[in-house]
Amino acid sequence: MKRIKLETILDHTVLIIGSLIMILPIVMLLQMASTPDIETIKNGPGLVFGDQIPVNFEKAMFQADGFSGANTGVRMLYNSMILGFGFAFGKIIVGMMAAYAIVYFRLPFATMAFWIIFTTLLLPLEVRILPSYEIVQKLGMLNTYQGLIIPLIASATATFFFRQFFRSVPEELVEAARIDGAGPIKFFIDILVPLSRTMIAAMFIIMFVYGWNQYLWPTMITTEEDMFTLVRGIKQITQSIDNTNVPEYGRANLLAIIAILPPVLIVIFFQSWFVKGLTESDK
Amino acid sequence: MAQVTLDNVRKVYPNGFEAVKPASYNIADGEFVVLVGPSGCGKSTMLRMIAGLEDISDGALKIGDRQVNKVDPADRDIAMVFQNYALYPHMTVRKNIGYGLKNRKIDKSTIEAKVQEAATMLNLTEYLDRKPSQLSGGQRQRVAMGRAIVRDPSLFLFDEPLSNLDAKLRNQMRIEIKALQRRLGVTSIYVTHDQIEAMTMADRIIVMNGGIIEQIGTPAEVYHSPASTFVASFMGAPPMNLLEGRVDGGMIRVGDTVVGNTTLAVTGPVTVGIRPEDLEPSVGGQLRIDVSIIEELGAHRLVHGHIAGQALTMQIGKDTAIGDGPIPVAIKNNAVSLFDHQTGNRL
Repeated sequence: MKRIKLETILDHTVLIIGSLIMILPIVMLLQMASTPDIETIKNGPGLVFGDQIPVNFEKAMFQADGFSGANTGVRMLYNSMILGFGFAFGKIIVGMMAAYAIVYFRLPFATMAFWIIFTTLLLPLEVRILPSYEIVQKLGMLNTYQGLIIPLIASATATFFFRQFFRSVPEELVEAARIDGAGPIKFFIDILVPLSRTMIAAMFIIMFVYGWNQYLWPTMITTEEDMFTLVRGIKQITQSIDNTNVPEYGRANLLAIIAILPPVLIVIFFQSWFVKGLTESDK
Repeated sequence: MAQVTLDNVRKVYPNGFEAVKPASYNIADGEFVVLVGPSGCGKSTMLRMIAGLEDISDGALKIGDRQVNKVDPADRDIAMVFQNYALYPHMTVRKNIGYGLKNRKIDKSTIEAKVQEAATMLNLTEYLDRKPSQLSGGQRQRVAMGRAIVRDPSLFLFDEPLSNLDAKLRNQMRIEIKALQRRLGVTSIYVTHDQIEAMTMADRIIVMNGGIIEQIGTPAEVYHSPASTFVASFMGAPPMNLLEGRVDGGMIRVGDTVVGNTTLAVTGPVTVGIRPEDLEPSVGGQLRIDVSIIEELGAHRLVHGHIAGQALTMQIGKDTAIGDGPIPVAIKNNAVSLFDHQTGNRL
């Protein structure tokens, strides 16, 4: 029999405890989503799983609890998807193009422009939320997808990552492309974008999750129920517990589980690309 | 096919550094010209100006009958092979070779035919669907060549294309490139720092140093009549021996030894150049060389020694026996070159 090293045991203990801590809230969610609300009220979260998941799923996805009846789970999921994808693609496209301009064109003050973009990392959305809101309002973009996505689309993080990556692309590749008759747009689309695949995937994960989890901004921009996103919709349900005698714990928790799923699936799906994009350097 | 004409072409960088001093020369149609010189001598800058990757500060560059100073690289009708191959890593060999044609809006079947033709010529047919990362260094080099060939350019430019290959492959590719150029008859400019590549491949060599063209000539001219001490010491391995000497009444002396005579009207100090292979041990030889080290190279040997306190190298056959200590050495006829003591220019 192979002897197990103390080190291995220690490593695994730490990892197991870590994963338990991470997974416990999700198990709790599942447990409460599967138990009848009356049980949850009586006993609090427990260890026994119930059979209410299909019922709660039905309620969470297809029942609206607002005035207009437009904020069903399906609708909110759809809105969240649009926000997540729009946010991620928008940030990638804008970031890539900004980095392309900074790295490959002899713009006056390009370096300064880059550092100005970079310092915006220090100014998160919350700092500029009032002026941003005012602009969106004046442009008449409240309660629209454009209003949700466009004001957040500029990304210093993506610009920075793509800038670093583009700088590592050999100069000779640019020159070979020039001789091959590829203009700036062709070079970008034919050479740079395919070379950046893994970077794009990594950025996509980060930005999708970031966009999906937005709470403050959608809360401010969307007041109409058919524009609600999942993350803010969950809160809406727990707020509306006054209307019923028994708070709808099961429904709210099931909605929370549904809200977790897409980011998790995306991370699982893009995982290997993600690691490659952040670590690969031999270009 | 085209000839290339440079008229006082010059490169000055924004910081004032003059990388290439005004250069004028003419490359004939179908000629294979090698630009050679040490690192930083301006040879690559010169090539990049011809390619259009670098702006020309002054002067006129003509490819064929057309002045191309302001013409975009893609429209100069040239093809370039880079040192690091510069293959597009995400494209297959087929797409790499055909990319330039695709950008010229040539129809697909023509591209395919041309790619096939180039691949056949370069023995790449079975690798057409591979990515560059799945190829060896020599194969990548061939793909880079293929990319140049399919465009049917009027001018090939090579920027140290063999320096990333190992010695054996380099010798092989050297011959292949030369043979290919002969077959296609395309005017070519080839940049290298390797004087052996320059000697073996060139129709004409342009030797550069410090942004200045030191000499333009056939390999034989450059080797046998170097225009300056720089060329003399750069071309040839081992380099030409350069000794401090003087000329008195037509007699060339190194120290007290007369190494030859000259009809040139010079007197006073000169630099005396003798190729190592022009020296040979001989009982009646006029030189006394103090042998210190003998290097065995297989095909021949290098004898390092001193004459009048100055280092000297002699190349002798593998069968020539030689001992240590002072030995008599003779110089072959007409083997002595004289250079100006101050400027280093050939007298």
